[in-house]
Amino acid sequence: MNRKMVFYTTGHILILEAILFMLPLLCSVIYSETSSVIAFAISAGIALGVGLIMSALSYTKNKLIFAKEGFAIVALAWLAVSAVGALPFVIGKFIPSYVDAFFETVSGFTTTGATILSGTQIEAMSKGMLFWRSFTHWIGGMGVLVFLMAILPTDSGRSIHIMRAEVPGPIVGKIVPKIRETAKILYLIYIGLTVIMVGFLLAGKMPLYDSLVHAFGTAGTGGFGIKADSVASYSPYLQWVITAFMLIFGINFNLYFLILIGKFTSAIKSRELWCFGGIVAVSIGAIAINISSIGYSISETIRHSAFQVASIISTSGFATVDMNAWPGFSKTVLLILMFIGSCAGSTAGGLKISRVMLLFKTVKADLRKMLRPRSVNVVKLEGKTVDDATIHSTSVYLITYFIIFLALILIVSIDGFDMETTLSSVTSCLNNVGPAFGKASASFSVFSDFSTLILSFAMLIGRLEIFPILLALSPATWRKK
Amino acid sequence: MKILIVGCGKIGSTLLASLTNEGHDIVAIDMDPAVITELTNIHDVMGICGNGVDSDILIEAGVKDAELFIAVTGSDEFNMLSCFIAKKLGASHTIARIRTPEYNDDSLTFMKEQLELSLSINPEFLAAQVLFNVLKSPSAVKIETFSGRHLEMVELRLKPDSIFDGVKLSELREKYKAKVLICCVKRGDDMFIPDGNFILRGNDTIGITATHAEIQKFFKAAGMLKKQARNVMLLGGSRTAVYLSEMLLSIGCNVKIIEKDLTKAKVLCETLPGAVIINGDGAQQELLVEEGIKDLDAFVSLTGADEENILISIFASSQGVPKTISKVNREELVTMAEKLGVDTVVSPKKMISDQLVSYARALQNSLGSNVETLYKLMDGDAEALEFNVVADARINGIPLKDLKLKSNILIAGIIRDSKTVIPGGNDVILAGDRVVVIAAGQKLSDLSDILK
Repeated sequence: MNRKMVFYTTGHILILEAILFMLPLLCSVIYSETSSVIAFAISAGIALGVGLIMSALSYTKNKLIFAKEGFAIVALAWLAVSAVGALPFVIGKFIPSYVDAFFETVSGFTTTGATILSGTQIEAMSKGMLFWRSFTHWIGGMGVLVFLMAILPTDSGRSIHIMRAEVPGPIVGKIVPKIRETAKILYLIYIGLTVIMVGFLLAGKMPLYDSLVHAFGTAGTGGFGIKADSVASYSPYLQWVITAFMLIFGINFNLYFLILIGKFTSAIKSRELWCFGGIVAVSIGAIAINISSIGYSISETIRHSAFQVASIISTSGFATVDMNAWPGFSKTVLLILMFIGSCAGSTAGGLKISRVMLLFKTVKADLRKMLRPRSVNVVKLEGKTVDDATIHSTSVYLITYFIIFLALILIVSIDGFDMETTLSSVTSCLNNVGPAFGKASASFSVFSDFSTLILSFAMLIGRLEIFPILLALSPATWRKK
Repeated sequence: MKILIVGCGKIGSTLLASLTNEGHDIVAIDMDPAVITELTNIHDVMGICGNGVDSDILIEAGVKDAELFIAVTGSDEFNMLSCFIAKKLGASHTIARIRTPEYNDDSLTFMKEQLELSLSINPEFLAAQVLFNVLKSPSAVKIETFSGRHLEMVELRLKPDSIFDGVKLSELREKYKAKVLICCVKRGDDMFIPDGNFILRGNDTIGITATHAEIQKFFKAAGMLKKQARNVMLLGGSRTAVYLSEMLLSIGCNVKIIEKDLTKAKVLCETLPGAVIINGDGAQQELLVEEGIKDLDAFVSLTGADEENILISIFASSQGVPKTISKVNREELVTMAEKLGVDTVVSPKKMISDQLVSYARALQNSLGSNVETLYKLMDGDAEALEFNVVADARINGIPLKDLKLKSNILIAGIIRDSKTVIPGGNDVILAGDRVVVIAAGQKLSDLSDILK
């Protein structure tokens, strides 16, 4: 285990975070919020100091990393940015408890969007703090380490291990030969789409500040709002823009790259994309029929069901209505969508469509094998045969996922809430969605400190796809032998 | 520069590693998914699993804007076809490994023309050439030649009790009255481009540039001259052995080849009428002694197993053979073999990768003073490059002592109208010259890169 390299990279991430603090700081300066400016300045100082010391102490010539170092770097870096990222909320006295602030920041970076703040507390926050809260979505969406890769030259050819550990999806590949170029292209697409979205929001007469914050929240598929009723008070046009972009950010970014280099047909042929579209269309239809009796007009029915489906399947978590008041069937559909999530290689959470497709196909192949024991079956995804190792690791992923899911439910149920609250809040956190049903539908502040901490880890586990956090917590990874 | 490599075996993966280090964008294509996974784990390249002749795969790999396409699978025909299709699909330059002797005769030019190949590479032939050079002047560990043999670069390991121990470089030339230039020294893991005040120590590995005659004079004066090998024993009847035997027989050496496989031995006997072919296992010491190992001038082991080559060479050394050479393909074994006392270690895949690295660098810089040949020296810590000089006011006609060179750069030789100058401070570089430059720790692609 090359521990020095792990701490060295983590130190760099903290330095990067210190630089990123400058944006909300600038925002606070513009709105002349003195206490927030000070809070960000102090936090940036701490991040810079700790980062520099960490990097300097663990400087090493041996830059060799393997898969386990990749996992450890990602886990440690995410814990570090969250721990430091929570500081401004505490120093600025907006969220007095550090545990709550940690939850809020993890929720930001993991693009969950679950909050411990009530509607009135959110509206009482300074503009700078709200900006930082949503900005964490944007940074976390594409990944902090991928960002670091894009701006810093990598010393070894082995950064693929870091990328694999951080970028969600069963198979992570490069789109161009060099990893740094890949990271750059992904970020440029990400920035480009965000800018386009801001443009659309501005065209709908949304103020610039609101547009930026909502674009960050949508791009990262996070879902932190700045109003008590999320985006319900914005015009139908703006809600439709957000609906469309939530879905756009739920699509594999590699497809945008294909379109950019002119391979439009191969992008449109993606099976995952069609599957994603199908699930979205069916869910919207089912929910629209189910809620038609509540008393919305036809256009409202379609808009609300489309918005909520897009919000949940892309694991963003914005809302235009109180979903908790919807009938049980609609809520169950949404709960299932939470598990599925969006395409691999997007900024969304959940199991990912391609993984679900792979699992279904594996089950199908195995059933066929049971019927005709001598038949030979191959599982194909996007027209390519999937090797046994990938199928195996995907199955193991699903098993681990459910074991962790059950364990989390068990731990959180100690707080003594009803089944719906416990189940939906764990599902929401583990899949990085955000909203929950039952008693947690307004805010997660109802949970005890212990459960809040557990749910924070649930979000990290969900964002990093289980194994990095699991391996970072196991002593065997760090042992010298 | 975008480079596609088809076939990631021994040669392919070595190539891939050195070309990635050069900073090129590499796409590797191989049929074995395990190979692709392994390569993409270690190197910053894109891997595609598939058939390198399949145009779909080539298009997916981006052959259209590939500047260089290299096919180095085990099959010559596959390589040729793959290059042909790549060329038709838009690759600018194609290189194929063609090693079957039948293709490597007069028909090669015709085939290269028809397939529009930019270059064909034959690692075994290249290895044989290098071995031949070393056998002709066995005092050196390694010999590289520049510009049609006008200038040689010789690598030499000093013995712990060498007469050069403690000698200052500025005294060296006067003492031995030979016009040679010591251009690089490796001591332990450190690499030096020495100046006149540098003092040599025992165990140093030194690089010398000079003309062939001057180097021989220097060796003679220093009492280190080993005469050209006449009795040579080759172990293993590989392709390299065949090429090498032909070269050695043509200058009148006695060649003895030991080959385990009887059918193979018979084929060797047919192709090489002048050589003595022994059918037997070279790992048996008795056989080697019986075949007169004690009277040999040089022993070359060329079997497919690195370990066997190293061990048998050590045995040959212990029997008093003045020059032992091993073919070693695995890089980690090369340094070990040298430490264990094998005189010279050759690695065909390393030679090929040197050749292609220089080819790629020359491509990158086709307008300026481009790289003609490139050799990696001292285990890759330094490079010797030969440039074709074009008109450049920053360099032409300025005395060398007035040129502001970067550190760790040395101009080791100027070749003008087939005359070689070992340059001093007052010599100048003119357009049309060929210049040999030694550089440590940097990658030059144009002669003007030597300036600050």
